[in-house]
Amino acid sequence: MDAPAVLIQGLEKWFGDFQALRSVDLEVARGERIVVCGPSGSGKSTLIRCINRLEVHERGRIVVEGVELDDDLRNIDTIRARVGMVFQQFNLFPHLTVLENCTLAPTWVRRLPRREADARALALLERVRIVDQAGKYPGQLSGGQQQRAAIARALCMEPSIMLFDEPTSALDPEMVKEVLDTMMALAGDGMTMIVVTHEMGFARAVADRVVFMDEGEIVEIAPPAQFFAAPAHERTRRFLGQILAH
Amino acid sequence: MKPSSPPAARSGQAPRPGSSARPPHAGVPARIRAAFFASPRDTVLTLALVAAIAAMLPGLLDWLVFDAVWGAQPASACEAVRGEGACWAVVREKFRVMMFATYPFDEQWRPGLVILLLVALPVLSAWPRMWNAALPAVWVVGILLAYWLMGGGLGLVPVPASQWGGLPVTLILTIFGIGFAFPLALLLALGRRSGLPVVRALSITWIEVLRGVPLITVLFMASVMFALFMPAGLSVDQLLRAQVAIIVFVAAYLAEVIRGGLQAVPRGQYEAAKALGLPYWRMMGLVVLPQALRIAIPPIVNSFIALFKDTSLVVVIAIFDFAYAVKKSVETDVEWKKYFVEALLFSMLVYWIGCYAMSRYSRWLEQRSAGAR
Repeated sequence: MDAPAVLIQGLEKWFGDFQALRSVDLEVARGERIVVCGPSGSGKSTLIRCINRLEVHERGRIVVEGVELDDDLRNIDTIRARVGMVFQQFNLFPHLTVLENCTLAPTWVRRLPRREADARALALLERVRIVDQAGKYPGQLSGGQQQRAAIARALCMEPSIMLFDEPTSALDPEMVKEVLDTMMALAGDGMTMIVVTHEMGFARAVADRVVFMDEGEIVEIAPPAQFFAAPAHERTRRFLGQILAH
Repeated sequence: MKPSSPPAARSGQAPRPGSSARPPHAGVPARIRAAFFASPRDTVLTLALVAAIAAMLPGLLDWLVFDAVWGAQPASACEAVRGEGACWAVVREKFRVMMFATYPFDEQWRPGLVILLLVALPVLSAWPRMWNAALPAVWVVGILLAYWLMGGGLGLVPVPASQWGGLPVTLILTIFGIGFAFPLALLLALGRRSGLPVVRALSITWIEVLRGVPLITVLFMASVMFALFMPAGLSVDQLLRAQVAIIVFVAAYLAEVIRGGLQAVPRGQYEAAKALGLPYWRMMGLVVLPQALRIAIPPIVNSFIALFKDTSLVVVIAIFDFAYAVKKSVETDVEWKKYFVEALLFSMLVYWIGCYAMSRYSRWLEQRSAGAR
């Protein structure tokens, strides 16, 4: 298939009278790593939440791997099963163990036999280096461990695209690195990733392109070298000045 | 707990010099002083209460236990100690009538079995291992078995529902009331939050109308009005009408209790479930409801306990429930009429045992799930 991983054209989104997204165009190729940054309220989270339809867009098109996101519920379910998401607040299911968190969707959505789902989950928990925590409940884990468990949970559905919505913003500083390391390893495996983050070091090291958003629109898209060394727009320069100052 | 630290560092920590292994612990005398004699006012209150209990307890125990008439004794034996000892002989004397009311005497082994069945059914359902697809089937079998034993047919002498009475009737109304009201309440609670306007409107109407009227009026309506809505020639017996009335009434209350639990589940849980591709019913059944119901355990069990006791209101539509059977059993006998208080205390004990069992079960469920949060 030659269809891009994600194709977004003329996307518009309102919350009541507030316009959250203004004619956003973005094409993400397979295997590409995109970092989306911008000041808070700029619409970057809303943008990636539209891609798996946690938010419903009002105008424009979103096509994920050739499947158009419209009101057809089957398309939504198809896309959600292919697109993994990691949240700022982890959103692990507190009533299930880490292992059960990871096997829930594979057994009930993918209809995977129990043993296979367990094996896959344990392999992925091994990969994010918390396999020894598999039998614990999320409340017994540190923030960094919870976020890595959440990444493993998303990967258990074998998604072809991963969305990260500020995955390190709710973490204590000493736990940020372990989560970023996990994400970098994932990027190294060729996963298509769209990451909303303020971690500019991660953007520099991993991103193929950096998207800068402000007030609901994409201001600038550039490879990291160019983005950080010679930003084209005044707004980008101001943002980078603020965020890199300290 | 740092993830990078090796397990050995966590478990094998040597105690720091100078610090004891346990926190300082207050001795028993100190704790008693703190609990009962912390201030002059506390001391006075404690002494006054102890004195009051000491004054009342011996007399109460004498009446309840030591001077009471136990076992199969004639009413004259009770008359001899009247005012000094309780007449528990009345319970022995009227036991069959209290338990089974007007049910034919020779067939009373059948409602006796039904009592066992109706205790076994909730006990079985309370066991988390049983929470699977087989449970509804167990209930269907239980219902059919209970109605066969009570009503007869297929080899048993038929007994019309108008002759049923006593504890089996109370248990039927309670257990099947809970068994049907609970799933109905789940649907109503989800319906009230549904995105479909018709479903939402119907759920809100149901909840608000039935919650806004007394149960007694619903029972009367069920008793009188049912016939008007039914096609001619089809009659539904009084007990079934009361059963339906109780179910629709309790479901309205329970729906709001469950909705409270649903609202306490963070939005992120819904989003994570959706992002994993779980469709609506799976999201609700596997992620949202287990958390919502866990939060709502105390008020849910509260509703069940209220339902158990409220079944005694069916007397207004001439159904012989347990409380009424106990009352009637002594009222209609001139000789034993005087020992109404003892009979009443006995019925209270039976209700209390049921309610306390539910209460303990609720505590156990809460503690069982404490580790998961």
